[in-house]
This record gives sequence, structure tokens and C-alpha cells, in this order.
Amino acid sequence: MHLEIIARGERSRTWAYLSPVLAIVLTLVTSAFIFAFLGKDPLAALKVMWIDPVLTKRGFAELFVKAAPLVMIAIGLALGFRANVWNIGAEGQFIMGAIFATGVALYFYEVQNWPVWLAMIPAGILGGALWGAIPAFLKLRFNANEILTSLMLTYVASLILLYLVAGPWKDPDGYGFPQSRMFSDAANSPRLISGTRIHVGVFASLGIVILGWFLLQKSMLGFQLKVLGQAPRAAAFAGFSTRGLTWLSLLVGGGLAGLAGMFEVAGPIGQLTPALPTGYGFTAIIVAFLGRLHPIGILFGGLVLALSYLGGEKAQIALGLPAAVVKINQGILLFYLLACDLFIRYRVKIATGRAA
Amino acid sequence: MLIKRRTFTKALGAGLAAGALPAFGHQARAADFKAGYVYVGPIGDHGWSYQHDQGRLAADKALGITSTYVEKVPEGADAERVIRELAETGHGIIFTTSFGFMDPTLKVARDYPEVKFEHATGYKRADNVSTYNIRFYEARYIQGVIAGKMSTSGVVGYIGSIPIPEVIMGMNAFILGMRSVNPQGRIKQVFINSWYDPGKEADAAKALLDQGADIIAQHTDSPAPLQVAQERGLKGFGQASDMIKFAPDAQLTSAVDFWDDYYTERTKAAMEGSWASHDVWGGLKSGMLHMAPYANMPDDVKQMAMATEADIRDGKLTIFKGPINAQDGSAKVAAGEVLDDGAIAGMDWLAQGVEGDLPK
Repeated sequence: MHLEIIARGERSRTWAYLSPVLAIVLTLVTSAFIFAFLGKDPLAALKVMWIDPVLTKRGFAELFVKAAPLVMIAIGLALGFRANVWNIGAEGQFIMGAIFATGVALYFYEVQNWPVWLAMIPAGILGGALWGAIPAFLKLRFNANEILTSLMLTYVASLILLYLVAGPWKDPDGYGFPQSRMFSDAANSPRLISGTRIHVGVFASLGIVILGWFLLQKSMLGFQLKVLGQAPRAAAFAGFSTRGLTWLSLLVGGGLAGLAGMFEVAGPIGQLTPALPTGYGFTAIIVAFLGRLHPIGILFGGLVLALSYLGGEKAQIALGLPAAVVKINQGILLFYLLACDLFIRYRVKIATGRAA
Repeated sequence: MLIKRRTFTKALGAGLAAGALPAFGHQARAADFKAGYVYVGPIGDHGWSYQHDQGRLAADKALGITSTYVEKVPEGADAERVIRELAETGHGIIFTTSFGFMDPTLKVARDYPEVKFEHATGYKRADNVSTYNIRFYEARYIQGVIAGKMSTSGVVGYIGSIPIPEVIMGMNAFILGMRSVNPQGRIKQVFINSWYDPGKEADAAKALLDQGADIIAQHTDSPAPLQVAQERGLKGFGQASDMIKFAPDAQLTSAVDFWDDYYTERTKAAMEGSWASHDVWGGLKSGMLHMAPYANMPDDVKQMAMATEADIRDGKLTIFKGPINAQDGSAKVAAGEVLDDGAIAGMDWLAQGVEGDLPK
């Protein structure tokens, strides 16, 4: 007797959307067992991790501050992923966006006026888009795999970051520490709700969710991307431009990651430091798939991932659990998501007799 | 602006002499008081964050309190959230133990004037923000003396983390110590741009040994470079904690950061209401820096290391005292001139004997 995995003829749309929800429920059940094993009251621990972080106004705001860059990047990535353009280098595009925005902030340091901040927005988008354009060019000109080129450019971007903060952009009053000076107040995103860190970028993220939803679900362009991803030959017959869609995917993906980088330096951090890259560009890949490459799904996926970080801190402070609890929960979540997807696409048959 | 550092000797000496630490009396209040710690690494790094956590545990034990820690906190936008969370949840004193937590600590401190903050290795202070650090370079000088005696090739491989004054002063102190016994001694250095990356640290160690170095020194936090030395039958120095169990035949000694008394003293001051903002830069003399037992070396080298340690502790030996030459051989510190703490804390030049440029 053995198990066979057989593709299902008809895929259930309902289950495709329910699978992340099921994965989350299974993750909660599993982590309850882990908490119990660690000698904590499982229900109380789950409450500390998943509910307590958002019980206060500030905590609720922090959830959106943490989720904003994830959502913004993931929507850009989803555009490409739908068209089978695998941009893995959003982290590098995020860094370049932050660098370009910082360039503007430092160049106009003496100009203590809000147009500086306004000019940082296109600079951030440009930096990210430029870094996305390189893999697009290499793919179309030399047929170089964008998974490799975009990933490797991430390391180039972090070295450029280090060069700048240790050299030309080093804070003149910073005792030689490799980081830029703090931006002038004019170069930081306006805070919109007092007592919280909610800034313009958080609302920009929500705007991009709506824009992304329209673009991907309602526009001809979204349809073209989908066809290119699912049936490249059909796309060719229909006269859709593979070149154009590849360029678009990487430029928009890079631009949005760059914009996220701009909002991260111009506000929550307020200066360029080597500590800027904390993996948003990579976590956003998980967010994109958790959200089924659908903008509304990505919004929820981003909030769930952000909540897992906040909850991990709560768990350390309130329960004395180690930081690894975050990674374990994220790992379990991904595991169940992949498992659920497998069972939605395939069914398992118990076969008797010898394996073929 | 000049950084003024004071030694911690007096306060610490007084506290210990009075025997006040274990005999802390206010048990009722002690049980309510909470101290919070923010670490950049995992407490299992066996280096920097591990030693801070050892200090936390010692302070808890001495004062009869339980404290909170949050580990692996990134130095970017996340740090402010974590520090604020600790301030918000009733922690009376918060230790933020990495340079990158400086500005987030100050931001939060502004909003919680009644909470005391202690930031390690930074230079910005406020009425409720102290700074504290250890003169690690004292240990580097002793290591240099040992390396000068022990190295047959006369070349030490030095793994740097990030080219900030902290690391540069350590490298310079090392070569000054080494050249005091072997005027031909040289340092080959590699910067890995990270404080903790066992893979990169091991690769750097291998590359340096392949280039003719026969002793490894490191300003990074994992035991990986020492383990490489152990595998190759060579010697090296540990970092931040005693790493002898990772390299029983390789570790010559290690600079051991000793935060126990500082954390106990400062937490106690916050509990009693006597806490005041200050800046401490303690070394061997104040007891914030220890040397791990000298091992894997002949007796005469051991004697010499112990004598050097005693001289630094007693103030007989001043490390950054001229004549000191810069890398290119030009005079940097004139004979008899002594660098003050401000000049040391801003050090951005390499001394003669260190090869290669600082990464730019």
C-alpha cells in the first residue's frame, strides 16, 4: 500500500481563498501546543501574541506602521509574480529607494521646508525602479535569469549603502560612526495621528492596495499580466508584448519597493543607517503569496505578518519566551499554507499494490 | 564637543565596600520594580548579548527582582517600538545595549521622563539617559603583547566588524602592544561589516591564516574564528566572553565584558531614587573588564601578560601615549603626548604596523 498524489481536475476557487485562513487556524492550534509544551497557558499565550499587541491605540497604529512597507512591496511583487517575472531583489530596490531619498534629504539639508520631503518621494521611486530596471534589461537583452540578477543586486545595494554612510554621507558630528546625520524635520513624513507613528506612507500603502486592486483585477493590463503568466503562448498570439510587461513588472515592483524604502528612512528611522535593511523585501515575498497575489489578500497577509512581529515582542516581554517564537510561528504558517495549497490542487489516493 | 568620560571606580567601590548589594532591604518595593533590557543579538551568541544577559541575571539575583529582555531587536525602526513598549509596561529602568539604539532611546526617553534609560556605547545623553561603555582597548593591548611573543610569522590576522572608532582604537592598541615586544609585528585586517555572522567570521579567519597570519584576533562576536584556529592548531583570542570551551587548545585569553556590578548598581539606584544621568567608560581598574585566564602559552609569556595587565590597572602604563606613528610612518602622537578620552573616542586613523586601508 502506498500514497499517490493526483492532480484535481477542477480547482475550487472557494478553497483557494480559504486556504490561507485554514493555514492561520492550523498555525494557532499548533502554536498553542508549543506554548503548552513550554509550560505556558496556551490560550493566555495566544492572546498575548495575537490580540494584546493591538488592544491599545498605539499598538494598533504600530501594526499598520510595520505592515505598510510589507504591503507596498508585496503589491509590486505580485504584479510580476502574476506574469512569471520573479523579482526576488525587492530588498535591494528598497535600499536604493532609501538611498536616493536620503540623497535629496541631505542635499537640501539646509532647506527646512516641506518640498524637500515631497521631492524625496519621486527620488525613492526612481532609485527602486532603476534597481529593478537592471534585471529587466539583463533578462530581455541577455536572457539572464532575473531571480539570480535581482537577488545579487541586493548585496550590491547594501554595499553601496555601507560605502555612503561610511564615506561621503557620514554624519560630520557622529564620531566616525557609519550613519548619516538625522534628517531635518522637513524631510520626515508628516505624522497624521498624534501619539502614534502613523505617517503619510501608511496611507500611501492603503492607496496602493486600491490602485493595485483596480490595476490587477479590473484593467486590461492586469488581464495581460495574468495571461502572460499562465499561458505565455496565448499571450504571444494575442499580441501582448512580453517585453513591455516584463519591463513594467520590474519597474513597478522596484519603484514600489523604493517608495517603501523612502518612507522607512523619512520617518520611522529619520536617517540612513547600515541597519536599514531588515528583510522587508524578502518578507514581502511571503506576504504576496499569503495574499494569493491579490491586493486585498496582500493587505491582510501584511497585517498578519506584522502582527507576528509585534506579538513576538509581546511574548518576550510578558511571557519571557525567546525571540525565536516569531520565526517558528512564521515557519509553521508557511508550512501549513504550502500544505493546504497542495491538498487543494491535488488529492491523495491510497493505492494498493506495488508502486509503479 | 568633547566626550567626557568618567571612570566608574568610585561609585562601584563605595557600593561594594558598604556590602550594600546583597543586603538590599526593601523587598516589598523590589518585587514591584521592573528592569528592561534590549539586545541586538540573540542571547545565545556567546559574545556581546550573552554577556549583557549574564549581567542582567546577576543584577536580578542581587536585587531580588525579575527583569524583562527582548533579544534580536533590529537597530532600525523596530527599536523605538520595543523600547517604547518596555517604557509603557512599567519598566523603571531600561538598558539598550547596542550603538544603533541611541536615537530611538532618546526619542522614547523624551516621552517618559520618569523612566531611567541606560544606553551602551553611545554618546548622546539626557537627564534620564546615561551612557556607559568599557575600555575594551585595554584588553587588546595585552593581547598584542601576547601575540608579539607567541607569533612566529610576526603576522596577526585581525577580523574587524565595522570601521568605527571603537574598533579602530582596539586595532591600534593591539599593534602598540605587539610592537612593544616585537617591533616588526604586523596586523593583516579584514572588515566583515557585521558584528555577528559566524559564516563570514570563519571565512575571514581562514583567508587571514592562508595569508601567513598565525594568530587570530577578532572584533566580532561569535566563537567561529577561534574554532578555525583550533582546527588548524593555531592560536587566537576570544571576544566579549570567555570562549575557552569552544577552543580549548587555541584561546590564549579573552576580553570578558563584566556588566554584572554596573547593572546591579544602576538598577539599585533607580529603585532607591538616587539615579542620575552620567557617562561611564570603565576598564580593568573599575572591574568592568576582565581577562579570561591566560592559557595555551609558556610561563614567561603568561608572566608578561599578567604584569602588563597589572600595569594598566595601576595606571603605570598608558596605552595611547606618544610617540605613535600613523600607518605611513608619519608622527601622529608626539613623544610624551597622551591622547585624551575625546581623541580616543573619535579615533579614525590606523597606527603603523596595521596593513590595508579602512573600508570606505
